[in-house]
Amino acid sequence: MPLRRVTFLTGAAAILLWAATVTTEAQKPASAVPTSADERTIVHVLNRLGFGATPGDIQRVRQIGIAAYIDQQLQPERLADEGMTARLAPFTTLTKSTQELAEEYFMPALALRRVRQQQQARSATSATEPDMSERPMRSPEQMEAMRAERSVLAELTQQKILRAAYSERQLEEVLVDFWFNHFNVFAGKGQTRLYLTEYERDAIRPHVFGKFRDLLGATAHSPAMLFYLDNWQSAAPGEMPGRPRPLVRRTPGANPRVPIPRAPGPDTPLQNRRARGLNENYARELMELHTLGVDGGYTQKDVQEVARAFTGWTIDAPRQGGSFRFNPRMHDDAEKVVLGHRIKAGGGKEDGEQVLDILAAHPSTARFIATKLARKFVADTPPPPLVERAAARFRETRGDLREVVRTIVSSPEFFAAGAYRAKVKTPFEFAVSAVRATGIEMAGALPVVQALRDLGMPLYGCQPPTGYADRADAWVNTGALLGRMNFAVALTEGKLRGVRPGRASWDADPARTREMLIKTALAGDISAGTRATVEKAATSAQTVALLLGSPEFQRR
Amino acid sequence: MISRRIFLKNGGLALVSLGFAPEFLARTVAAAGNPRRRVLITIFQRGAVDGLNMVVPFGERDYYTARPTIAIARPGSGADTAVDLDGFFGLHPRLAPLEALFDARQLAIVHACGSPDGTRSHFDAQDYMETATPGVKSTPDGWLNRYLHAREHQAKTPFRAVALAPQLPRSLQGLAPALAIGQIDRFGIRAGQSGDMVQASFESEYAAAADRVLHSTGREAFEAIRMMKEADPSRYTPANGAEYPRSPYGEALRQIAQLVKADVGLEIAFAETGNWDHHVNEGAAVGQLAARLDDFGRGIAALVRDLGERMQDVVILTMSEFGRAVAENGNRGTDHGHGNAMMVIGGGVRGGKVYGRWPGLAREQRYDGRDLAVTTDFRAVFNEVVRGHLALPDTRPVFPGFTPPAPLGLF
Repeated sequence: MPLRRVTFLTGAAAILLWAATVTTEAQKPASAVPTSADERTIVHVLNRLGFGATPGDIQRVRQIGIAAYIDQQLQPERLADEGMTARLAPFTTLTKSTQELAEEYFMPALALRRVRQQQQARSATSATEPDMSERPMRSPEQMEAMRAERSVLAELTQQKILRAAYSERQLEEVLVDFWFNHFNVFAGKGQTRLYLTEYERDAIRPHVFGKFRDLLGATAHSPAMLFYLDNWQSAAPGEMPGRPRPLVRRTPGANPRVPIPRAPGPDTPLQNRRARGLNENYARELMELHTLGVDGGYTQKDVQEVARAFTGWTIDAPRQGGSFRFNPRMHDDAEKVVLGHRIKAGGGKEDGEQVLDILAAHPSTARFIATKLARKFVADTPPPPLVERAAARFRETRGDLREVVRTIVSSPEFFAAGAYRAKVKTPFEFAVSAVRATGIEMAGALPVVQALRDLGMPLYGCQPPTGYADRADAWVNTGALLGRMNFAVALTEGKLRGVRPGRASWDADPARTREMLIKTALAGDISAGTRATVEKAATSAQTVALLLGSPEFQRR
Repeated sequence: MISRRIFLKNGGLALVSLGFAPEFLARTVAAAGNPRRRVLITIFQRGAVDGLNMVVPFGERDYYTARPTIAIARPGSGADTAVDLDGFFGLHPRLAPLEALFDARQLAIVHACGSPDGTRSHFDAQDYMETATPGVKSTPDGWLNRYLHAREHQAKTPFRAVALAPQLPRSLQGLAPALAIGQIDRFGIRAGQSGDMVQASFESEYAAAADRVLHSTGREAFEAIRMMKEADPSRYTPANGAEYPRSPYGEALRQIAQLVKADVGLEIAFAETGNWDHHVNEGAAVGQLAARLDDFGRGIAALVRDLGERMQDVVILTMSEFGRAVAENGNRGTDHGHGNAMMVIGGGVRGGKVYGRWPGLAREQRYDGRDLAVTTDFRAVFNEVVRGHLALPDTRPVFPGFTPPAPLGLF
């Protein structure tokens, strides 16, 4: 039975390959983009290529046509977005180098925490009665240093929300979110947070419409990833890095009121360092999560060989925000065999590059990436023929991500009835789409940042390297659903600090507000039950809350 | 092999001899064969508690040699000395509130317990403990969630698994539904004066939805609100004069007791407590660790007292990601180590004993020459709790890749 199945799949793949070759010859992948479109189709496209419709979006897309809109979104560099530049101008940390961030924001706070910790320890030892509540007061200087330190992540998270809500380059924002999540790192793990700004800005964003190999390479070199998956410490067995490693370990504490995911606790002094050997962490996740997929055909032996290839890919002084460095003294320079490819002895840093070449070109990678993208844009269980075509496109374009996305969002499967409202929004998609649908103006987005924590999706706060799930079952549960309704109420009642729903957002007349929102955000497609309930709302704000919290609005 | 019933009787007799809750004894024996709903309360001590000062091996000379300034003195030599448990181990003096539980055989301790993985990173070790897959980072779900998933519950209730925490901890993440609640009396739709109207409106939207997934989840959500309202958590008074410490942790435990008593179907509860990472001036009988243990111990003692006879169906399980080095460091603190101690508390526990093979503290007996060695895999304890207390016959789906050793005999 399994044998027959394999044969069938191979046959099917061959036919599809052939079909794909034909389309390449025709120089244009088959497009199923409707030439004239109804409102539902337009809202569908806006929900998938972006974070939902703003009040004027349907009109705009209708004017230029769906095909042109998709083309525009696939070429964001040609799309003016000055409004976004202006909105982000106050967030000065976004353009700083990691080195600058470390010097100006993180190291002062670190030094002051040290002092404070010493004070705390002294007062604790001298106390006869241990008392939880008695802690040394923070000096204004300490408070300021801590505020500055927190502001780096605070600006980054706000940036993410503001871009998603207001950028014209919606597809780019969808993809930056997708690829960050694919190559997930966690703000709460040690020094990772120093590198997050640079990671998203320099490693992820520039490559989301580029070649997969470049994106993969950028993440492999990034200190954020090297730290998060421990590769910076991985050395040939018995080797000792040339310098004592500065290491800050913090305790992921249990303090519920800190505004940053797993905010730093008191810093701990240097650990007793010992020679460390091979660390397989990055090697394993590189194959399982970044490229081949868990069933992609690698063995434990491959994991070890890949780990050996990456020994010496490390970070120069992570506490000071140092950058990538190849340290030959940590590197295992003997021969490696990875997935049947021989990597000759003496390759040095090139060993890692060769591994990335092998993985990026592997058919399992094409398939794995195609599956994840099709799941993102089409359905939780994407149609296999679409995955096949997208994977073929990946292979024939050598991992051109713009072309793979184009194949998916212009496919018949994308426009099929079965794909319509097939996806449940993640909390991030939900919150941003609510802001867009209402046209609410936000100067800063901290209340939304906080709301996403409450909804179980803290930004940059996903602990495991798997990233957040992109399936409905991960997000539909009682607590989360009530959380969404409460967010809808808070947003519309003006309870989110700094987010002002105003006259600009909706009409004073509940009926006009209702009809407007149903039309612009939900393409007029709403159940009789929801409509009947919303009609009873007393105020416009309530009307909007009931629509944003409705079952219809939870899907995209 | 002692049968559970006999053990319960014996445990009960121990209670009587202490003059402790005799009515509890009567119900205990009556309830022994009754399949009531079992509850597991897990407490995570984040930051790696110093297990050697929490449960002190005062019978080890090497303990005192390695810790010239922070060791806890042997029992009997003054007020701030270890609370003798069995002539070899003792509790930190600030854990004295737990002594009665040990004597009543409701408290079992597993020492030299921990992970087969040697990581000294808090982050990784917590992750491994919560997923119960040491060394594997990409495990998508936590062990408690896998338990929920492995066992369909008799009665569907939204309160089956609750973390009293702002976010769902890794151990409860996964496919089975679980709730994270910061404050139980704030659970529901918060819309000020028009709250009732807004709530009713949302409820009717979801009741009328053709969308099957959202329809049924919506129904559960509003059912949950009603259940919580009936339980009326804002008017709660702990029973038996229990006094919880006024800390977020104490508050979380108090709310767990409320949920247990509200009979909303709670089966798995989670609470956490932080600030255990004492690299500098850890202190001994007084000091930083002492203050944390005071909070920790008083919390558990209050929870047990508050739950009263219900403890017969409850197990409290405490854990921390790894222990601390045997020797104190140059700052009168301790650095990251390996083996640690876990506590298992409950009416059905064969308590009054320190379990696990003690590896000794001499240099050559230590892990890497510096840390308490691990002789019991923490998953062995988890597994015994899931099997022995929660009575799941096949625990393999909960602990993938783990072959449980012979049981310690905690139940």
